Amino acid sequence: MRPLALVEAAVKKPVFGCQMCGQCVLHSTGMTCPMNCPKTLRNGPCGGVRPDGRCEVKPEMRCVWVKAVERAPRTPWAHEINDLRKPVDNRLWNTSSWANYFTKRDRVAPKGWRVEA
Amino acid sequence: MSRLEEAVRDGRFLVTAELLTVNTGGLDVVRHHFEPYEEWVDAVNATDNTAAHAHASPLAVAIALKQLGMEPIMQLVCRDRNRIALQADIAGAALHGIENLCCLTGDDVTAGDEPEARRVFDLDSIQLVAVAESMRQGRYLSGRKLDPPPALFIGAVENPQAPPVDYRVDRALKKVRAGARFLQLQVVYELEPLARFMAEAVEKGLAERAAILPSICLVRSPKALRFIDENVPGISVPAGVIERCERAADPEAECFEIACELADAARSLPGVRGLHLISFRKEAGIARLCRRLGIPTREERETIGNGSRVAV
Repeated sequence: MRPLALVEAAVKKPVFGCQMCGQCVLHSTGMTCPMNCPKTLRNGPCGGVRPDGRCEVKPEMRCVWVKAVERAPRTPWAHEINDLRKPVDNRLWNTSSWANYFTKRDRVAPKGWRVEA
Repeated sequence: MSRLEEAVRDGRFLVTAELLTVNTGGLDVVRHHFEPYEEWVDAVNATDNTAAHAHASPLAVAIALKQLGMEPIMQLVCRDRNRIALQADIAGAALHGIENLCCLTGDDVTAGDEPEARRVFDLDSIQLVAVAESMRQGRYLSGRKLDPPPALFIGAVENPQAPPVDYRVDRALKKVRAGARFLQLQVVYELEPLARFMAEAVEKGLAERAAILPSICLVRSPKALRFIDENVPGISVPAGVIERCERAADPEAECFEIACELADAARSLPGVRGLHLISFRKEAGIARLCRRLGIPTREERETIGNGSRVAV
């Protein structure tokens, strides 16, 4: 990892469990990192969430999306939870999402992705 | 245009069913699976490695269904294939005239008999719908052209009962915005969560934008209900329902009764456009349920052209 990515990881890992996908959407998902979902779902919960809100795959944790839906209304970006997020660009893993935000690299979508957010 | 798409367009009552999994034994096995309820269904789902157990692939089974004169809905889950393989299967299906797709996330590998497998989830179900829609409009995700564009009729699923329940209709709306035109719902064993989901679906315009089909699952014993409750992710069976079957003089008949009651109530809910029927074993149960509920056969529905409400 490059220096900026190291700093980002040091700040975001302990607080958000950041996985360093390099294309952060944290603010739009109630400050809950969707990459902590074992299925890495970025557009909402799967259908397997347990009746008490625990994760289908890791019963020891609450579903990431249960938390996201709960927390999103308390953020200034509440409506953004319904954004249609594009597929992950797997080339950006372990790069700094801060840098990718300022260069707009994180918003580069494949040409066939024609859905409006 | 697929038969299913036509039925949706014409506002006919829809019946789809889930084909039992196929592993080996040739095309006869596929035929035996759907023969008992053939008359009623508009289309049959070729499932994609259900509960993370390997079976004959949905593409192969969908082609088999087509060859046997039954209209397939090819399921695609995100668990086992990356975006390249998923697009290849969609293009491959379209090449064989398979138009109906049902895109879903998929149970995790830990739900299956090979929990040590690598999970993929390169796309999520909503992204998969969007990718299929882009292909329908003539482009792979990369932007590369598909000329002529494949005819596709894209659907998805939603679970009205799983938390966060308040977000389920919004999530389904995302799928519709991405391109889904029909939604097969996860099985429920009580009406209340389904009724609440449908009420919100009508209020938020979801039911208008996609044909919603609640799923009814037929089982033969209270033991099977208990198994589903404990082992199938996303489905819970109320204790009262299991007890009712256990106490009954004829538990098998009682299980069937419960399914009939649920199916009857579900089809009467505002916004419901049809039913998706699942039977883990005795497929003849699907035909029995259709007869019992007085659902006209597909041919009858096509000739009388009835609306979403079924005369009983």
